[in-house]
Amino acid sequence: MTKVTMTVNGRQVSGDVEDRTLLVHFIRDRLGLTGTHVGCDTSQCGACVVHMDGKSIKSCSTLAVQAAGSSVTTIEGLAQGGELHPVQAAFKANHGLQCGFCTPGMVMAAVDMINRYGGTLDEKTVRENLEGNICRCTGYHNIVKAILAAASDMSAGRQAAE
Amino acid sequence: MYETNYHRASSVADAVRLKGASEESKYVSGGMTLIPTMKQRLAAPTDLVDLRHVAEMKGITVSGGSVRIGAATTHAEVAQSSDIKAACPALAHLASLIGDPHVRHMGTIGGSIANNDPAADYPSAMLALGATIVTDRREIAADDFFTGLFETALADDEIVVAVTFRPPERAGYCKFPNPASRYAMTGVFVTRGADGVRVGVTGAGADGVFRHAAMEAALAGNFSPQALAGVTTDPSDLLSDIHGSAEYRANLVAVMARRAVAAA
Repeated sequence: MTKVTMTVNGRQVSGDVEDRTLLVHFIRDRLGLTGTHVGCDTSQCGACVVHMDGKSIKSCSTLAVQAAGSSVTTIEGLAQGGELHPVQAAFKANHGLQCGFCTPGMVMAAVDMINRYGGTLDEKTVRENLEGNICRCTGYHNIVKAILAAASDMSAGRQAAE
Repeated sequence: MYETNYHRASSVADAVRLKGASEESKYVSGGMTLIPTMKQRLAAPTDLVDLRHVAEMKGITVSGGSVRIGAATTHAEVAQSSDIKAACPALAHLASLIGDPHVRHMGTIGGSIANNDPAADYPSAMLALGATIVTDRREIAADDFFTGLFETALADDEIVVAVTFRPPERAGYCKFPNPASRYAMTGVFVTRGADGVRVGVTGAGADGVFRHAAMEAALAGNFSPQALAGVTTDPSDLLSDIHGSAEYRANLVAVMARRAVAAA
């Protein structure tokens, strides 16, 4: 057992874990943050995507001990003050989900790609950057629309603020 | 996953010491191959020595006409590096095709070449660039480094610290990815530089990554896709699996090589 300490959604948390504990199980079972999902469990589907030190990673392929000392953001950490994050709002407005199982990973992947590309995101880039996230309901069209809408909204927001 | 004990190394020397403390230990960097393999119980190291926090293994430098990429540099960092894009855009392109964005944020160049998966992208580039693999104790030419499927010249506790190479005049990489895994069904990296033409082929060889002598000879006089017309690859030396027969891969080698030269 190892005591791991990390920052999750801005809050310092710690817990004793077996070294083989996956980050996703620490997040779900120990912290009770069940928005992060386990889909395929073979590192292909992306339902488990969280951000570690600002970058999207697959929490089913990372050990909790590897994440010790880092800052982790999960889907629960996006909305601020009861208001949806712009990417969450865009998924809602564009019907970017059906069953919703892949949605937390999709949203975390979308936030990461908007962080990297900003307002320069185009449809081809969005589709390429969704390679690590699988949706079995939507056919992706509305997910892509939602991400493009959020990228455009967020870039307009940044310009307005400057 | 079987039980394991995690150790975080603070330096290369610390990592070697930690590794030596247990017989069935393994180094882990991004863990994008090792952790899934442990989850499937195909690997069961009693101890993991984490290299992700070793400062001396990080970073990209270009100086004196030589490029040095620290082994703990992630695929995303290589793909986005302005230094790599200037010195060898084909290598940045290769890195941008590995796995998916989340995998590229964790997986490292050192981990990829030390694992030497026969379908990994980087080994083909190391061969074609005539790269030098710098370890904690020696320098190994890429030609001597990759010795077979998942086999390298590394001693059990030896650590890849960096790779170095001289930027080629021209280079191109083209791969046919497996649609599910993004691993290379076949990937071909071609370069033309001071030492002539070099062609590295991954994903296809029955013994892992290899240099394609016949293509190198054909391209030496005429570095163009047309020069590869009629150059064949013997299927008896190639992989055959559920994803494609050896004959199919032989054709992929020809097609990917032509496209790589065209892109160079």
